[in-house]
Amino acid sequence: MDNALAPHATLLDDEGALTRLHPNYTWALRVGMLLRLVPLVIAALVVEVVLAEAAQSDPDLAALALVPQGGLSGAVMLAVLLLLIFVPQRRYNARGYQMSADRLRVVRGVLWHSDTVVPLSRVQHIDVHQGPVERFFGIATLTLHTAGTHNASVHLPGLGADLARAMREDIRAHIKRESL
Amino acid sequence: MSSHLSTPRRTAPTSVVIGALGSVQNAILPALAIAFSGIGGSGRFGVAIAVAAAAIVIGTGLAYLGWRRLTYVVGEADIRVESGIVSRAARSVPYERIQDVSLAEPLLARLFGLVAVKFETGAGGSEDITLAYVTTAEGSRLRQLVRERRDEEAVAKAAALAAPAPSEEPAGQVLFQMSPQRLITFGLFEFSLAVFAVLLGLLQYADNFVDISLWDARVWERWLSEQSTWVARIGPAAQVVGAIAAVFVLVVIGFATGLLRTITRDWGFVLERTARGFRRRRGLFTRTDVVMPVHRVQALAITTGPLRYRFGWRSLSFVSLASDNESASHAVAPFARIEEIAPIASAAGFHLPDEATGWQRSSIAYRTDKAIGAALLFVVVAGVLALFAPAGWFLIPLGAALVAAALSLYEWELRRRHAIDDSQIFAMHGLLAPQLQIATRLKLHSVEIAQGPLARLRGYATLHLGLGGGEMAIRGLPLARARELRAKILTTITATDFAHI
Repeated sequence: MDNALAPHATLLDDEGALTRLHPNYTWALRVGMLLRLVPLVIAALVVEVVLAEAAQSDPDLAALALVPQGGLSGAVMLAVLLLLIFVPQRRYNARGYQMSADRLRVVRGVLWHSDTVVPLSRVQHIDVHQGPVERFFGIATLTLHTAGTHNASVHLPGLGADLARAMREDIRAHIKRESL
Repeated sequence: MSSHLSTPRRTAPTSVVIGALGSVQNAILPALAIAFSGIGGSGRFGVAIAVAAAAIVIGTGLAYLGWRRLTYVVGEADIRVESGIVSRAARSVPYERIQDVSLAEPLLARLFGLVAVKFETGAGGSEDITLAYVTTAEGSRLRQLVRERRDEEAVAKAAALAAPAPSEEPAGQVLFQMSPQRLITFGLFEFSLAVFAVLLGLLQYADNFVDISLWDARVWERWLSEQSTWVARIGPAAQVVGAIAAVFVLVVIGFATGLLRTITRDWGFVLERTARGFRRRRGLFTRTDVVMPVHRVQALAITTGPLRYRFGWRSLSFVSLASDNESASHAVAPFARIEEIAPIASAAGFHLPDEATGWQRSSIAYRTDKAIGAALLFVVVAGVLALFAPAGWFLIPLGAALVAAALSLYEWELRRRHAIDDSQIFAMHGLLAPQLQIATRLKLHSVEIAQGPLARLRGYATLHLGLGGGEMAIRGLPLARARELRAKILTTITATDFAHI
């Protein structure tokens, strides 16, 4: 990770090995995913309570009582747990970047794979963004804005916060040089 | 002159009149709707007139206030506009950010000798400042002034770079224009039945207000039975004549719509090459005058329709960051022969593909997948019909599946191809007529190789090119070829960078 900033890559090396993202990124992904899945768990609990009451009051629905207490919400929670363990890990493994002297390559996507190269001379401006979860884990998202309609902004999440700022300075120096 | 420049100015007072006339236009429809509806019973005409009068008074008042409260200042470094009746907004656009000043003259404004001045910043339609309306003289003065200011700044900044500062040049050289005959031919190809969609929409609108219910089947049944007895009386020959007449009317209306739309939009179409770039003027009622700097042309799109392609007509448009009304690219030769397009393209620094262009096809796996994908839905329908419908019915969707697959294969075989040369990248596709995009390698902003799950399995990819002001993608490339193209494009971009350092 330390040598990522050095202009070591040869100019045509766009298939080279990728630099991995910060390990905390997996955990940031998990937290984000958990926040999105909590409503599902709550919904499962509510449905379960409603069904249990219906089974008690209405003899026609007594068959519902055969489902063990907590069966539905338990199944949903198990599924959520499995998703939380495996999906962020796969996503993390699929992502990476490659910074060379004059370009940044960003690779992402488990099912829909995308491999983008932005020449640094085409960068219009740069953002480093940290949400609350990202700040807790000490990571940041680097965003490169280009003038193209497709890929108007290329996001590179999951960088260590210091590294993201260092990369921003690096790219900024490049932009300055180009526009002279 | 500078003291005169920095005082706040208002737009032309007559623009209030245009605003008032606009509110009259807006008042007509609701007033008519009330007049012909049940609202207010017998006094509804009075209500209608009152509503129309109120709309006109309020509209005129707002137009006047808007005019009173809008001032602009032509400053040393920027143009500032303050506007807003209740909440005020102040906007400043530095000269160096203004790409160009375009002038538009809608019909009403033209009668009063006014123009709408738009300062294009390239940020996209709604972000641009528009002054509606100023006198024609003030409009051209502002345009000239902004250009001079911008050039002064550019010269001051780029003195070291020795950028060729464009000086005044003799009047532009005409690259393309359309004679009335050409316009009529163009209009015939623009055959459109859109007017019927509009009529249908109006009917639905009227239905909400008018007492007779258009969607009540009984009304139509009664009408039909009256008509059909009448039609039956006049005999089968007359029925055939009637049907032919109906089709004839439909065709005439379709052609008339196309002609009318084309002639009003493109009347007096002139494209010139001037010192500033490309200048396009067109329009019968609303005359527009747009200038596109040459270096801002990012790519070319040469499109055509299935029928006009058979007659050798094509349309050329420039893809650039500035927007042209609603469409993203500027039509510079909407109806032209390829021989007329070639000089325009070369004036913009592009060249059209020729015999030397090394066209390449997409991947074979992509061809197969696409043909299967095109046929899939029909095959599913055929399967359902084979199970549940009377015997033989399933043959219809099965035939459609074959046709869909065949068309997809035909498109791949004949039209879907791409090429790259020293400076440009070409992409062509299209089933019934070829659609061609040409981009400069140098003016691309990013290159992405994208693969969905199927594409990964089958080893092909889509190459998305980051183009300013437009989309360009080459689909179904073999992965190795996609990587090769990306490497070539990036070499061009980065190699030039080093030359500049």
